[in-house]
Amino acid sequence: MPEPLVAVGAPAVAARRRLRFAFLLNLTLLGLLGLMWAGLSLGTDSFATFGNFTNLLRQGSIWAIMAVGQTFVIITAGIDLSAGAVVGVAGTVVALLMKSGVPVPLAILATLGFGVAVGWVHAFGIVRMGLPPFIMTLASLTALRGIGLLMTNGQTIAGLPAEFSALARDSSFGIPNLFLAVIAVAVPCHLLLHHSRWGRHLYAVGSNREAARLSGIRVTRVLYLAYILSATLSALAGILTTARIGIGVATTGDGWELQAIASSVIGGASLFGAVGSVPGPLLGAMLLTTINNGANLLNINPFWQRIVTGGLIVAIVYLDQLRRPKR
Amino acid sequence: MTSSPMGVGPLVEMRNISIHFGGIKAVDDVSIDLYPGEVVALLGHNGAGKSTLVKVLSGAYRANSGQILIDGRTVEIGSPRDAKALGIETIYQTLALAENIDAPGNLFLGRELTTPWGTLDDAAMEHAARQAILELNPNFTRIKEPVKNLSGGQRQSVAIARALHFKARILIMDEPTAALGPHETRQVADLITRLKAKGIGIFLISHDIHDVFSLADRISVMKNGKLVGTVRTQDVTQDDVLGMIILGKRPKIAA
Ligand SMILES: Nc1ncnc2c1ncn2[C@@H]1O[C@H](COP(=O)(O)OP(=O)(O)O)[C@@H](O)[C@H]1O
Ligand SMILES: [Mg+2]
Repeated sequence: MPEPLVAVGAPAVAARRRLRFAFLLNLTLLGLLGLMWAGLSLGTDSFATFGNFTNLLRQGSIWAIMAVGQTFVIITAGIDLSAGAVVGVAGTVVALLMKSGVPVPLAILATLGFGVAVGWVHAFGIVRMGLPPFIMTLASLTALRGIGLLMTNGQTIAGLPAEFSALARDSSFGIPNLFLAVIAVAVPCHLLLHHSRWGRHLYAVGSNREAARLSGIRVTRVLYLAYILSATLSALAGILTTARIGIGVATTGDGWELQAIASSVIGGASLFGAVGSVPGPLLGAMLLTTINNGANLLNINPFWQRIVTGGLIVAIVYLDQLRRPKR
Repeated sequence: MTSSPMGVGPLVEMRNISIHFGGIKAVDDVSIDLYPGEVVALLGHNGAGKSTLVKVLSGAYRANSGQILIDGRTVEIGSPRDAKALGIETIYQTLALAENIDAPGNLFLGRELTTPWGTLDDAAMEHAARQAILELNPNFTRIKEPVKNLSGGQRQSVAIARALHFKARILIMDEPTAALGPHETRQVADLITRLKAKGIGIFLISHDIHDVFSLADRISVMKNGKLVGTVRTQDVTQDDVLGMIILGKRPKIAA
């Protein structure tokens, strides 16, 4: 057709507007974080100490890693409620392996492999058995908690190799190792999400699963990868937590799945799928960690923290729903 | 079976295709065929089984029984990937677009262009998509918007551009102009004529009987999942065809 190509400025404007929304959200989160840090530094004697701040960054790093994994599942319009339970069992597994004499690197690899297996089971239940992600991962949460307690009889596992604990406590190149772990997770995940075919397919599956299938995307494979990634990153969080506290405790990570989900959604992911990024959950996790840390320092009853987290989740999911177009 | 209009064998033969969903026989023992450079229109009321029948060819559904032949050879079409590999492209009635992804992303969905590094080549995809879509719809400017923000006509342009971009030999168009304005509808009609001239075979499902009479070489009519019959457009009147659709009876003149 000999029609002129209409090259108008409109598409660029639209693209910029969309980028700007994500950018503004991240900027708002960053500003909020700065505000809270400033307020807590002035309002408490202990917040702005080296000890407290590194403690905050370490806990925030572990939640950030979980939140990135959770985001992949959320983009497919799914959810991984087992994340906290995987932390507990993975932390136990790695401790038991090392106690039985397995070398540290091998114990870590085997535990990550356990995470892969858990994610595979989730995807199998969801894809092959047609179970809703909510049910499949809730059932898995319950079962994994039972497995963790069975393995340890409810006892803590102490006396882990010093080199293992050093992993979480030391720094490399002046940067805390846990922070490096976040970077080592976030950078490849960002590339995967925005610059690989698999990332594109992940958004397509979350957007319209049938359209993705009709376009020739292997939907099953995409879902397997998302759940495996989430469980593996939770297993990594479990390993790092055990290294940080120096003991294996089967009940570690109780309720952390909600922290991870909340971090992801605060960071801009939509529980309805197809929306989410990597920087978002990182900031969301830091924000939630700061709220918890600040509440402790301000001597707020820890039971209140649970109530506040619950309220926060309802509020953000409500806002998420408003953002969704009505049809 | 109709004799070849061009002295060559059929491009597509669907033989005795049946599909049921639970108790419903959506397609019941239907046989249709398509020759190179031919447009075969599929007509029938809503729910007659037209979309379901062509979805067997595009790999979206598997038939419960029946056979598909391409170039005279039996083929197994188990998934949309299989169909695309055979050169079958489809414009679905539902468009099958991923709402949160922009037009280039949808156009190349499942067949993304990558750089030598293996990363997505968004610049190349945007360039190609812009050309493909503008050729169809010169007023299309919102190329980087998620398609959920586009009008029905613009979304349809994206779906059509996607089917055309990959050089199909067999094109399935399921109500391709339902959301288009008169200008774009005419563009699509021109397009069909040009594709036909290139030897592409087209199954066209449409509600516009005028369009069908100006574009189709043959017309197959379905009713309640069954094939009423296939007629050559030049042998029948519009009333004959309406009779087939409504009464489910073949006109006397058709062989
Ligand atoms: N995925 C499906 N599940 C159940 N029934 C279906 C499905 N797809 C189509 N049908 C049924 O099959 C019949 C034919 O539908 P369809 O092929 O869409 O008709 P048409 O395209 O001619 O309007 C209808 O009764 C419809 O309800
Ligand atoms: Mg239909």
